[in-house]
Amino acid sequence: MSRTEWSRSGLSAAQVLPLVVLLAVAAAPLVVSEFSVTLMNYIGLASLVALGCSLLTGVGGLTSFGQAAFVGVGAYTTAVLTTQYEWSPWLTLPVALVLAIVIALLLAAITLRLSGHFLPVGTIAWGISLYYLFANVAGLGGQTGITGVPPLTLGEHVLNSGREFYYLIWICVVIAVISVRNLLDSRPGRAIRALRAGGAMAESCGVDTGHYRVVIFVYAAVLACVSGWLYAHLIRFVNPSPFSLNLSIEYLFMAVVGGASHVWGAVVGATVLTVLKQWLQDLLPRLIHSSGNYETIVFGMLMVLLLQRARSGLMPLIARVLPIDRKVQVPAVLADATGSAVTPLAQRVRPAAGESLLEVREVVKRFGGLIAVNRVSFEMQTGEILGLIGPNGAGKSTMFNLITGVLEPSSGQVWLRGERIDRLASRRIAERGIARTFQHVQIRPLMSVIENVAIGAHLRRGGSVVGAALRLDRETERALLAEAQRQLIRVGLGDQMFNQAGSLSLGAQRLLEVARALCADPMLLLLDEPAAGLRYQEKRALADLLRGLRDEGVSVLLVEHDMDFVMTLVDRLVVMQFGEKIASGNPAQVQSDPAVIEAYLGGIE
Amino acid sequence: MDVQVALLLTQDGLTNGAIYALLALAIVLVFVVTRVLWVPQGEFVSYGALTLASLQLGKVPGTVWLLACAGIATFVVDAIVAWRDRRSALAVRSGLSNLLVPAVIVGFALWLAPRNPPLLVQILLTVALIVPLGAMVYRLAFQPLQRASVLVLLIVSVAVHFTMQGLGLVFFGPEGARTPPFTDVRLELGFMTVSGQSLIVIGASLLLIVGLYLFFERTLYGKALRATAVNRTGARLVGISATLAGKLTFTLAALIGAISGVLIAPIATIYYDSGFLIGLKGFVGSVVGAIVSYPLAALGAILVGMLESFGSFYASALKEVIVFTSLLPVLIWLSLRTRHAEEDDEE
Repeated sequence: MSRTEWSRSGLSAAQVLPLVVLLAVAAAPLVVSEFSVTLMNYIGLASLVALGCSLLTGVGGLTSFGQAAFVGVGAYTTAVLTTQYEWSPWLTLPVALVLAIVIALLLAAITLRLSGHFLPVGTIAWGISLYYLFANVAGLGGQTGITGVPPLTLGEHVLNSGREFYYLIWICVVIAVISVRNLLDSRPGRAIRALRAGGAMAESCGVDTGHYRVVIFVYAAVLACVSGWLYAHLIRFVNPSPFSLNLSIEYLFMAVVGGASHVWGAVVGATVLTVLKQWLQDLLPRLIHSSGNYETIVFGMLMVLLLQRARSGLMPLIARVLPIDRKVQVPAVLADATGSAVTPLAQRVRPAAGESLLEVREVVKRFGGLIAVNRVSFEMQTGEILGLIGPNGAGKSTMFNLITGVLEPSSGQVWLRGERIDRLASRRIAERGIARTFQHVQIRPLMSVIENVAIGAHLRRGGSVVGAALRLDRETERALLAEAQRQLIRVGLGDQMFNQAGSLSLGAQRLLEVARALCADPMLLLLDEPAAGLRYQEKRALADLLRGLRDEGVSVLLVEHDMDFVMTLVDRLVVMQFGEKIASGNPAQVQSDPAVIEAYLGGIE
Repeated sequence: MDVQVALLLTQDGLTNGAIYALLALAIVLVFVVTRVLWVPQGEFVSYGALTLASLQLGKVPGTVWLLACAGIATFVVDAIVAWRDRRSALAVRSGLSNLLVPAVIVGFALWLAPRNPPLLVQILLTVALIVPLGAMVYRLAFQPLQRASVLVLLIVSVAVHFTMQGLGLVFFGPEGARTPPFTDVRLELGFMTVSGQSLIVIGASLLLIVGLYLFFERTLYGKALRATAVNRTGARLVGISATLAGKLTFTLAALIGAISGVLIAPIATIYYDSGFLIGLKGFVGSVVGAIVSYPLAALGAILVGMLESFGSFYASALKEVIVFTSLLPVLIWLSLRTRHAEEDDEE
């Protein structure tokens, strides 16, 4: 299997291969039959849509059953405007795109706040509705459709043969694939690739996950719309049937067949399914002795088998036999090794030591009848390491989630430097300088270590999605990755930067999370059992690192079960049991506190 | 529109709504127990209607061969697993439920079909031919994917719909069918007429709903399914296997689908692909209850029926558009009630 998500060519053989393919694609119309050119045109058109599905489903973990309807928006917009209002086709494209974007934004606004399965449900409804609108509105030609769509013209030249159109389609495909590849290898791209891990990790790094869900949905809609616009001018006729729900399902299948492990997967998926469909439509009716869409049976079974046996699609299998790079992605800017000067990321002004930093006031969290945290209060000062200890189930991790906005307290307040933060979303709290790690490690196992860590620096630079797709973000990339590298070296993972994050030991994965949190340049660092899984020497190194951070003015709130580690490191402790604070003070005080001794060792009957 | 027309439309709406409600309940049941968004529920409906229609013409329905093929395929898959893991008991059990039981049903159908049995026997035969397909679909498509994410299960569900619809075309052909009404009785209630057909549909739906309620409240298997819906891991720890729960759920869904098909057969002409839209209307209904609440799903489905009936009066060509865009306000309402979008995904 290819060990990369959307990898970038690294080997020389891997650089040659795309060129060979590109040349073959460029030369194809000169040698193959008219029929093959038509087929390849359809493959190209389907690839555009499937690429969007791949971005949406494979990378982002969202599903749409409305992509064919977006194709229809592109096709019908230009068909109506060119035939009934005699617009130039080149002017209808922006109109179609605006329409598709507006519809995508509306659908996203309605469904994306809900849990994942409502987007597919909403897009099924939209796909069916649009199909029946196309079929039943008189101005759109009804079932018979709209004929006489004009061909595209380039200056004086009219593109009226399939062979000429071929180049236009495939140039669009190549541009689309490169733009998606560029996007994924960037700051917004890392945020998009973090979406599938569930919201908590990305939001804790300040990523607005809702925004990026909308972004990829709109991007997929744009690609589908372009495909529809091209289709209308290639066929010069539109009717409702190519924009039905069944076609949307086929586009999704193409993305599944290709898999999301590689950007070109969508093209592979589109090729396989388009050719297979052509062949089956020829073969099956002869076997069954009647006509009909029997290929759906084979498609359906193929898909079930693929999802049961090879969920990452065909691309990894192809990558095994072809010289496609199998290394983990080295981010483009580092691979280029241009050596140009990097402007370091700006650092937050840290408050002076001894100032009041965090204040938890009478916080309560109920889950139904269970009170996980009951009226707990404590304070932290800047430049302090505070340990939060207690037996399992004491409510320590719940307390972390309350401070970082993953959960909202049932009552009570949390204040950060004079500002109340308990009603803020996670990413707003991240903006204010709190970074955290998780008890159950939250990493993207297929991304490289350095890319995982760079997600932590998300808020320290801006940059648009379009800029990333156009590669206008290289300076930002260099700065972000240099910071990630710096923090990785600091936690002792410098030699594992380009390994797949999932290949690290559990202890190293915890250190990765520490590095990711440090990338956010926090004033307060919340570490949930960072030493679990570390060896003795590694624990000592981690303790030294945390002391070093304290000296720089970073405060640390620490949940940890290793008492040797905790007692020698922290300035003060808060002890929790059954959701309540039972003791606090410096390590010596806490160790002699009778309530603590009873909690840990059990009372005497 | 006068009162007479409005009452007629309401009657139509309630009749169709009752069928959609059954489908919506099946969709909720499948989702809460197995996390599968069950798109192909409608395929069982078209199978049911077309099977009954064949039997009424004295023909052997295509379902007979479909059941035989599905049974053999399921047994082969089980046999491979049994051979690989050396679990001969599995092969025996699978042989019983996937070869022997279907063989008996198939034999019975072949013998009975040309003999023009009474309507009730035809209906029972239809149900018997379709119900075993539920567990087979679960075994073939979903059992190997018990730990998969909702997203993967949804794509598989759509793939199963593709397959089942295509098989419907193979086994039933492209022609549509409509059965004669169960009864010609018409009741005069004051100034309106109620068709006996509508009463049968609504009555049968209510009976089935009550039956399901009793199943979930009173029987051990029903309680096991409820336990699985609340907490899958917990249910497994007390000995309720996910596989059993899945097969049972899909069997119930097939039963509900087959009965819905029988009920809808005299009301509308059904083609091999009609079930999809009918099932999706059940889906729209179930979304009103966020696909987790039974009563809200039933209520939503009845609303869908009414909307469709009045929609076809005002703008017949656009009735589907009206039904499916009605989802949008529902989704907005759900969205406003939700604070966080929660995902659980694994790789």
